[in-house]
Amino acid sequence: MELYELTIHELSDRLRAGEITSAEIVSSVFGRIDAVEKDVRAYITLMRETALAEAAEAGEKIRKGEGGPLAGIPVALKDIFCTKGVRTTCGSRILENFIPPYDATVVEKLRSAGAVFTGKTNMDEFAMGSSTENSFFGATRNPWDIERIPGGSSGGSAAAVTAGECIAAFGSDTGGSIRQPASLCGVVGMKPTYGRVSRYGLIAFASSLDQIGPFTKDVEDCAIVMNVIAGYDPRESTSVPQEVPDYRSFLGRDIKGWRVGIPKEYFIDGIDPEVEAAIRKAIRVVEGAGAKSVEISLPHTDYCVAVYYIVAPAEASSNLARYDGVKYGFRAGEARDLLEMYKKTRSAGFGAEVKRRIMIGTYALSSGYYDAYYRKASQVRGLIKRDFDEAFKNCDVILTPTSPTPAFRLGERTDDPLQMYLSDIFTISANLAGIPGISVPCGYTTGGLPIGVQFLAGHFQEGRLLQAASAYEKHARIDKRRPSL
Amino acid sequence: MNRIKISKEEVAYVAHLARLSFGEEETRKFTSQLNDILLYMDKLNEVDTTGVEPVTHAIARENAFREDDVAASLPVEASLANAPEARAGCFQVPRVIE
Repeated sequence: MELYELTIHELSDRLRAGEITSAEIVSSVFGRIDAVEKDVRAYITLMRETALAEAAEAGEKIRKGEGGPLAGIPVALKDIFCTKGVRTTCGSRILENFIPPYDATVVEKLRSAGAVFTGKTNMDEFAMGSSTENSFFGATRNPWDIERIPGGSSGGSAAAVTAGECIAAFGSDTGGSIRQPASLCGVVGMKPTYGRVSRYGLIAFASSLDQIGPFTKDVEDCAIVMNVIAGYDPRESTSVPQEVPDYRSFLGRDIKGWRVGIPKEYFIDGIDPEVEAAIRKAIRVVEGAGAKSVEISLPHTDYCVAVYYIVAPAEASSNLARYDGVKYGFRAGEARDLLEMYKKTRSAGFGAEVKRRIMIGTYALSSGYYDAYYRKASQVRGLIKRDFDEAFKNCDVILTPTSPTPAFRLGERTDDPLQMYLSDIFTISANLAGIPGISVPCGYTTGGLPIGVQFLAGHFQEGRLLQAASAYEKHARIDKRRPSL
Repeated sequence: MNRIKISKEEVAYVAHLARLSFGEEETRKFTSQLNDILLYMDKLNEVDTTGVEPVTHAIARENAFREDDVAASLPVEASLANAPEARAGCFQVPRVIE
């Protein structure tokens, strides 16, 4: 077994026992990157030199017994987190040369936990997409089949963990951008409760929906990194001052007697039959673990995509107004006046999907249409949230498919935005309601593509999610395959 | 049912509001795609929202006040370091007033 194939907890045990060094792990990971990155294209920017220095530093601390919970562990960051002195592009031409003067809170927290940064991973431009094909820097490939997409928008982070190009990675999830690629790449991905992880230094897409979370190889690693990144941040006014439990304490506990809600609206026409079969099997696994499955109803499920594609673009149109060619980023040349400079810069700097969403959002907020679109969507959002409040009176967690299909082919949905939007049909509701969700591998298609099962819980119930996911993982015994790259 | 939600002229107007400009072909493509997307949004009209309060944040927070303490801020040079053009400690832009 190569070091790059191991989990955080396996590597940490061996580091602390003095059997291996962080420098060896980092060399193993970069050796793997050198071997497979030409096929996977998970990264926009590699941080090889600083990684080696950070590994040496971590090694020193581990020897003195001072290392933090991630001491010496190589992790990757979606290129949406500001990293001091390291280019941060958000997958866009408009930020192609942006070098942040500060670190995001999550980056600071990972750094003080001893993590080693391998690089910045590829993503759909401004996190707008479900396939990572909307990156200015080219598409990332799914390590299980490089003719297929890894999911998105955090596709680079998901692919990097799957391919062994890092041990864990971080992304952001606005409508499924962690859980959907985790599902399509066969790794664990969690979107915490809105407000659980500080968004300070996360480049904003839709501020009422964006949340940061991890990609890991198993549920235990997810708990380990959640312990590091969760918590209140006075610099981020929507982060919530609520105590963070020790997420590891939820691992290995049983779920006997739990009620697991199965929303009838999530088993729709158009769901891939192999995905449906894998989810039905997952339901039997949790029943085998002593839980009881109960049918529940989330009556407004069918409206989630429509609500999301009004609310998210509306917020994005406002957030992305800051890219004007003045303070940072790309500026188009040869403009007669300020207005022309704005238009030329933004038209050349943004890709098609970003422009499409800015247009939808501007339209939905514009005079005469605000009530019909934005206000109406916000009201239906209230009903979607109420559906979950009602459902959780009757169950401890909810179990659903993460994505209606396994990974699709590159280019398959790029010409049909609406079809692409429907890839997020099972993940969007959690963002609208602000609740946490986790995707855990639950099997493979006959063609060998991974399938994920999603668990959802009430606000700030990440512990409960980890308990369900860890019990599921233990009882399901999904065979540990590796992509043949 | 009205199948035309947005005209080419409206697309051009919204583009102006968003400080974007499109060529002829791009305008045609966006008009058709936005039309499809807006038609899909019509399904929200099926939902009775009489008396439903709009939710703009899923986790309601009171105003997040803090003490008005002076803290370090970014130095001017760091703030200007990413500017496409800067001069004399300021961001430089094309002419604003004729």
